[in-house]
Parts: sequence; structure tokens; C-alpha cells
Amino acid sequence: MTVTAAPGLGIERAQAHEILRAMLLIRRFEEKCAELYGLEKIRGFLHLYIGEEAVAVGALRALAPEDRVVATYREHGHALARGVPAGSILAEMYGKANGCSRGRGGSMHLFDVSRRFYGGYAIVGGGLPVAVGLALADKLRGEKAITSCFFGDGAVAEGEFHESLNLAALWKLPVLFLCENNRYAMGTALERHQSQTDIAAKAAAYAIPAEAVDGMDVLAVEAATRRAATSVRSGAGPFLVEYRTYRFRAHSMYDAELYRSREEVEQWKRRDPLRSFEVLLTGEGLLSDQEREAMEQSVQAEIREAEAEAEAGVIEPVADLLRDLQGTGP
Amino acid sequence: MKATYREAVRMGLRNALLSDPRVFLMGEDVGRYGGSYAASRGLLEEFGPERIRDTPLSESAFVGAGIGAAMGGMRPIVEVMTVNFSLLALDQIVNNAATLRHMSGGQLAVPLTVRMATGAGRQLAAQHSHSLEGWYAHIPGITVVAPATHNDARDMLGLALKEPDPVFIFEHLMLYPQDGELDETGAPMPLRQACVRRTGTDVSVITYGGSLGKALAAAERLAAEGVSAEVLDLRCLRPLDTEAILGSVRRTHRAVIVDEGWRSGSLAAEITARIMEGAFYELDAPVERVCSAEVPIPYPKHLEDAALPQTATIVEAVRRVLPKGAG
Repeated sequence: MTVTAAPGLGIERAQAHEILRAMLLIRRFEEKCAELYGLEKIRGFLHLYIGEEAVAVGALRALAPEDRVVATYREHGHALARGVPAGSILAEMYGKANGCSRGRGGSMHLFDVSRRFYGGYAIVGGGLPVAVGLALADKLRGEKAITSCFFGDGAVAEGEFHESLNLAALWKLPVLFLCENNRYAMGTALERHQSQTDIAAKAAAYAIPAEAVDGMDVLAVEAATRRAATSVRSGAGPFLVEYRTYRFRAHSMYDAELYRSREEVEQWKRRDPLRSFEVLLTGEGLLSDQEREAMEQSVQAEIREAEAEAEAGVIEPVADLLRDLQGTGP
Repeated sequence: MKATYREAVRMGLRNALLSDPRVFLMGEDVGRYGGSYAASRGLLEEFGPERIRDTPLSESAFVGAGIGAAMGGMRPIVEVMTVNFSLLALDQIVNNAATLRHMSGGQLAVPLTVRMATGAGRQLAAQHSHSLEGWYAHIPGITVVAPATHNDARDMLGLALKEPDPVFIFEHLMLYPQDGELDETGAPMPLRQACVRRTGTDVSVITYGGSLGKALAAAERLAAEGVSAEVLDLRCLRPLDTEAILGSVRRTHRAVIVDEGWRSGSLAAEITARIMEGAFYELDAPVERVCSAEVPIPYPKHLEDAALPQTATIVEAVRRVLPKGAG
């Protein structure tokens, strides 16, 4: 493997490719999901992450395998970036027993405890108290893991956001509060739902250090998250990172997008995190056309395999309806 | 051994903290204040602030934190001051605690125990007096218990902590100062079993929690009239011990259900339905219910008393199900 240091970016060629591929995988995976939704292979709600890939990829690169991840209902990207196999995610969306939640959760409730991926919370703000509790368990048990908790700008209006920040700061718990500010709480613009639109500034009310970062720049996301994670690991208590990002697709597959203009979306698409990173790497001589093409092929192959896995999966027998309602042992 | 109900709860807490290092208690004023019903008095001094944790007034955050801590390998006991405040944590309870095992395809477990006070009787008016345990009993994925006796107040907590899934313990606030007898030997009764507290042949009075004492007093009064009432303490409200309910009704052929919740959509309604489904042809009279009046519980003593099931109203209900001229 060629190890080419890139003084301008501070990353090696292999790392650069890893990052780009991770974002490309999310992009192509979700494009496939949209297609499969049209074919009614995927049902229920489907919330696409397209446009926000740099956040999940950059942020999760800053975490260690033992760290815990709590995500939202728009969490395909986080699951993929955390290493949950695309096949098990797609099978989950098919409602198949080989899905990462045995088909019981669907798109909004992906779980993979083996990768310390704790889900998939579809009540806005509902994952924050759980993340605080996971961090409390680690602190009480003397574990070195930290808990990262993703949530959107909409969650910031919920009481659970404020309660959780206060409790985590009061008890100096190892929580990384990661706000994906995509400027819309479903269809309500940030300016229409927040009296203070600077979300990072809110952390000061709880004596929590915070940083806002360009969520369309994967390297900036990773660097900011690393700084935050280092602070949390030092025992200083929680840290909040606000990623300023944008959702390119509709909120869900049922959204007519009456609340924002086409021009606004187009303007943000010019800052496409995937495209920008590609251009950056090409300019730095870290990515050739052939490499880009090979990457595309390998991602497409991975998605084809995932689709085959989802198609081949079996559904659970109805006799198992009440399975996993109550455990059997302590 | 004699003790108050609150002392019995405290013994349960102490036993739990002594027997498992993963157990800790958190909630509003459980530490320095000693618990709003003084159930945890002295525990902070004995176990320290890591295990007896005072929380801010943020029910959703600390119940949710209990869920997360349970998922993370601890055995948290969360005290919510009263069921009325627990409504602020309903999202965490209903959407997370009750769903996570199933929704994750069996990957997650939430071995969480939540205790809270419930019920009326202290003139605390309409925001501190309600009995909403029947609502909780509606939710699949959690277990709901109501210790009506001193033994249960002490022992149910330890049993709850051995469960792999969330357990909600409802302690009726009128019980805390009551004196009672505690067994010092013998194994505790299993969590999900109802218990016949008084045997009888003429009618089954089915109840739980704070109404048990009233039901037993009613049975005593009826005995003086020559009526033999059996009193069944449900103990566990979800899952219901349907066999025990049907068994009692098959013996007595008459049933009166006493439930401090409101009548409409109540636990009493569910029990009635189960009797219809399982023992319809055993019944010699329609099932009677003694529930709270359908009104927010009022402040004045005479109106609060009138709103709640009472010994006298239980006696009257029993008389209604008996054949004319009986007793």
C-alpha cells in the first residue's frame, strides 16, 4: 500500500480513500433504498441522510470500538459508518429475520449491540436520556468508554435535551452530545423553532464546552469530534458538537417539501460533502480517476450483495410474534 | 417483627444495595432529604453519594438514564416521587423501557426497577392523588406490581431486581406510616402471583395495593352479618394472575372488584372482562366494581372520601351481588 503523506490535509492516501468510500457507501446505499421504497420492498417511514454523510463518517472516526453510539431515526449513515453490515441493515428494512433487529424495528430502529450501536430512536430527543444512562453505567463501572449521542436541531426544542445536558454536566458523565443541525425540524426551519439559533451557544447554560463545525467538511467534522472526545475522555464531563449540515432529500418519502425553495436546496448541493471531498483529494493528488472508478465498483458490488442478502432473508413465522417481549434470565 | 410499611420498603432497599454492587438508587430527594416519603432515610450515609443519587427535577432524564444504565450493565432503582410526576417520563417508559428488547430483536435488555407512590387519601388534591397504575398495566413489555402488605413492600423490590426487564412498583401513599408484621423467615412469594388474603365462600373481593385494607375491613364487617367474603390481593397488575382470579370466582360465584383508579377503561374493567371470558357460566350475579368517582380528586376531606372506594361502599357492593335476603 502506498502511504502518501498529504501535508495539506494531514491524512494519508489510505485514510482518505477510507473516508471517501464510507461516504460513498452511505450515498449509494440510500439511493438504493429510495429505489426499493418505490418498489415497495421497503415500507413504513424512510428518512434519507443524503447530504449529511460527512457528519456520521467524520464523527464516528473519532470514536473507539468500545465507545457507545446512540442515534436517531435517520440513522442508516451512522449504522453503516459504525460498521453494521449493509446487508443486515437492508434486510431490516425488508422486515426480514436476518435484519440487524430481526426485522422488528425497520429503518428507524437499527440496533447492533456487538458494534455498540444502541439504536435507532424515533421519538425526537428520546435517545438523549438513554445515552446519559449508558455513560452513567460506564462511569459507575469504571469503564473507559464514552457514549456518543446524535440528535437533530429539532431535538434541541425538546425538554429531554435540556434535562439530559443538565444531568450529564452535573454528574460529569462521559457523553458526547452530537447535534446534526440540518436547519429543519421536519419542515420547520431553525429560525422558526429556535429563539437562539446558535445551538452550540446553548451548551454554555449547562457549563458544557461546545464547538460548532462545518458539517459538510468531513475532515473538519472528524477533527472537531476528536477534540471533543479527548475532552470527554479526560473526565471533564460532556461536550457538545454542533455540525452545520443540510439534508438534500425530503424529510421522509411522504414530504412534498413545501417549506423550502428549490434554490436553497441547489445552493447547498453545491457544497455536497462527497463531491467536495473528491475534488479536494483529486486536487491533492490523493485520488486518481481509476481509483475513484474502482471505489464506485466496489461500493456497487457491496450494495448488490446487501440487496441479495435482504431478498434471500426469510420472514419470521407469525408464531414468533410475541418473541423478545420478555427475557428469560436476569 | 413489627415495622411500618416505609421501614419495610427501606429494608428492601437496603437488602438490595447490600446484595448486589450493581444496584444503585436515584431520584428526587432520595439522598439528603431521605426520600419524600422517608423511605430512603439513612441510606446516603450508609451507601454514599455514588449509590444514593439525588437527581434534578427532570423525570424524563433520570428515568431515561435508568434505562441507559440498566442497558449498560447496572441494576438501577429509580424512585419517582409520585405516579403523577411519572407522566413527565412517559416517553421514556412507554417508548423506550417497554420497547427496546422487542424492537432490537432481543439484543437489548432493560433490567430497570422504578418505584413510585400512588393513590389518594391525604388531601393532596388533583395533582398528587391519582391512581394511574392501571395505565401502566396496559403496556406490554413491563411488569407492574403493587405491594399491599409489609412483606411485599420489603420483598418485591429484591424480586424486581432479579427480573431481566423493567418492573414498576406502585406503593400506595397511605400505607407508608402503617404498622404491620414482617415475616423473618421463609422465601418471598413469587412476583406474579395473586394471593388470597382471606378465604371465603360467598363472594370474591378482588383488589390490590391501598384498597386491600379496606377490602379486608369490609370482609370483617360482612362476616358479622354472616357473609363469607374471600379477599384476593392481585399483587401483580401486569401480567394479571388470571388463574387466581378465575379460581376464586369459581369458588364463590360472585365478584366485586375494588380499584382506586377511575372506572372507565380501568384495571377493574379488564378484570371484569377476564371473568366474563373465563368464568361466565360460574357467575351467579353480574360483577360489581368499586372504583373512584370520575372526577379529579378534590381537596376537602369529605369530598375526597366520597370520591374513593371505602369500606362502606365495598360492603354495599357485596350486598348488591348477594341473593336478596342474604346476610
